[in-house]
Amino acid sequence: MTATVPPKAPTFLGLPTAPRGVGHLRGDQSFPDAARGALRDGQLRANLGHATSTIRGKRAGVVAELPDWGQLREAGRALKAATMARLDDHLEELERQVTARGGVVHWARDANEANEIVTRLVQATGTSEVVKVKSMATQEIGLNEALEAAGLDVFETDLAELIVQLGEDKPSHILVPAIHKNRAEIREIFARTIPGVDPDLTDDPRQLAMAARTHLRERFLRARVAVSGANFAVAETGTLTVVESEGNGRMCLTLPETLITVMGIEKVVPTWRDLEVFLQLLPRSSTGERMNPYTSTWAGVTPGDGPQEFHLVLLDNGRTAVLADEVGREALHCIRCSACLNVCPVYERAGGHSYGSVYPGPIGAVLSPMLTGVEDNASLPFASSLCGACYDVCPVAIDIPSILVHLRAEHVEAQERPTAEAVAFRGLAKVMSHPRLWHLAQRASRLGRLIARGKPTLPNALPPPVSSWTRSRDLPTPPKETFVESWVREHGS
Amino acid sequence: MKVALFATCLVDTLTPSVARATATLLQRLGHEVVVPPGQSCCGQMHVNTGYRREAVPIVANHVRAFAGAEAIVAPSGSCVASIHHQQAEVARRAGEHRLADEAEELAGRTYELSQFLVDVLGVTDVGAYYPHRVTYHPTCHSLRLLKVGDRPYQLLRAVRGLELVELPGAEQCCGFGGTFAVKNADTSTAMLTDKMANVLGTHAEVCTAGDASCLMHIGGGLSRLRAGTRTVHLAEILASTEEAVTPDQQTRPAVSA
Repeated sequence: MTATVPPKAPTFLGLPTAPRGVGHLRGDQSFPDAARGALRDGQLRANLGHATSTIRGKRAGVVAELPDWGQLREAGRALKAATMARLDDHLEELERQVTARGGVVHWARDANEANEIVTRLVQATGTSEVVKVKSMATQEIGLNEALEAAGLDVFETDLAELIVQLGEDKPSHILVPAIHKNRAEIREIFARTIPGVDPDLTDDPRQLAMAARTHLRERFLRARVAVSGANFAVAETGTLTVVESEGNGRMCLTLPETLITVMGIEKVVPTWRDLEVFLQLLPRSSTGERMNPYTSTWAGVTPGDGPQEFHLVLLDNGRTAVLADEVGREALHCIRCSACLNVCPVYERAGGHSYGSVYPGPIGAVLSPMLTGVEDNASLPFASSLCGACYDVCPVAIDIPSILVHLRAEHVEAQERPTAEAVAFRGLAKVMSHPRLWHLAQRASRLGRLIARGKPTLPNALPPPVSSWTRSRDLPTPPKETFVESWVREHGS
Repeated sequence: MKVALFATCLVDTLTPSVARATATLLQRLGHEVVVPPGQSCCGQMHVNTGYRREAVPIVANHVRAFAGAEAIVAPSGSCVASIHHQQAEVARRAGEHRLADEAEELAGRTYELSQFLVDVLGVTDVGAYYPHRVTYHPTCHSLRLLKVGDRPYQLLRAVRGLELVELPGAEQCCGFGGTFAVKNADTSTAMLTDKMANVLGTHAEVCTAGDASCLMHIGGGLSRLRAGTRTVHLAEILASTEEAVTPDQQTRPAVSA
């Protein structure tokens, strides 16, 4: 290949991020504002507290069973890192293998392109109904809304996703999208929205599941098109994998004539051997099970068996931009197990909706801002106390706290005009790097003693940003002397 | 051994009794304590709030202040974790490779108090006496970044007169998180409320930990509630003896009258 070297390198404007106005990666409130409301919802707090502590316990139990968990985790991390380093090669291999087995591969730069491709493919079949397997990628791009705008009816078939859809709600968890609802609330949604439902429906889990089953069975049997996501795609054979618990996935993947799978480009693994590691890591981390009930795999089209038309839509939507970030790219290793959500003290209290994105919790707080560009989700990297529980449980050892800290800096460094906070932090940095100034500043903090008027704590009513602390917590009155001062006085310097 | 004490900016400015107790304890164990007067801050607050470039001169000041020290001890898991995991990284990112190397080398000789006592000095019974019912909160950075494990428990169990009670939900964050406590004050307070409920449920007189920052958070909440339970740093408990309940130690909760 020959190329003329340009006299001056053109300015690189960065890789494209997920476009605005489509999909569900951005909230309409900042995290602190959204959380403020959620924290006052006692029912939500109770539901989340109960659900996350139950699943945390289950996960801890099954992980402790495996003496080689640490090695498995390291293997998962290493496999993902190696795959990402040659992602383009693996994706092209996947395309070759899927095509060789009778599938059609489509490349979607972003949410808009993916939605257009899927809508066109569904319309070409002449049907007006689509059944769906739960899929984060299609939630991310707002596929349901796009299909509905084209006059198509979309049916979510995962139980929790169905609850969310019927309740005209939004998912609040990666694995358990209706985690914020309890049985009584689910009964109310079903009684109100499922046509012909038993009027004596109770909140007994079995009764609720049977009501959903009857409702869905009819749709499975008449559906001609299904849309799915994918947990993994094996490049060497062009095999797609969906891991699930309810069997709705198996129905969607086998009954309709046409199957359309939308998959983020980071889901590819090079070989079947790699699945050995991930199929152990995923169920134990996500549902706390040794093995998930249904693992479906398929490659292309098999004449006379299953869907006779298969389309694979490979979605970028900002992923290449994430890959370009040397610190943040680890977030692409995520296998969507949601273990980090279940251990996160912030998620447990504020709930998934506070994050404003389909990806909530610690992984969402790093992934969403990187997919959209950090300025479009600037409050998310700060929505963490950096306690590190997420890193400890991550089955592929994503160092989420370090990425959060990195993204905070990316946000600060993206500001063109100095904020009041930046002025204060720059001033403080200067003070803290010059001992003489630092000692003066420490002495100045003693002015607090004047307003404390002899009491051991400062008054509650102080100006912002101190007020954010003192609204719920006392601040001690500064002492007469710092430790270093008194030590130097006693011992000399 | 000659030990350089890094008080940390927060302890030095707001709770000097914690640094005093650390010095008293190390001296009682027969070591010489020096306090480099040029010390200020490790830079963690800047790094964790997004000001990693601005943190570089703070790191440089820290490295200058402690240059040549044989061993550096700080009564804070969080600051020591930042020294171990962040200082060299922010310096290197800013292209300050020499500073990064120096910071890395210094980090190798920097210890959190409980690790220094158990691993370096090889003591668990420091001869302390503290006749109170105490519960221990393992702070996130000492637990997950430094992996201090059961060292603080070993030290507390050897304290005469001390009744150690287990804290339910001990490994859950108290909600401090540095500027998180201000930027996300509501979520932080919700986390604190659950931590306080667990602390109060133990009926302990004292909640202790290895980080004055987390204790200021928990203690600030308990004080606001007028709960009798107070927060006392691990160093202050270990420095207490029959002869002297830690010099300058607050034995009453900080309740405004």
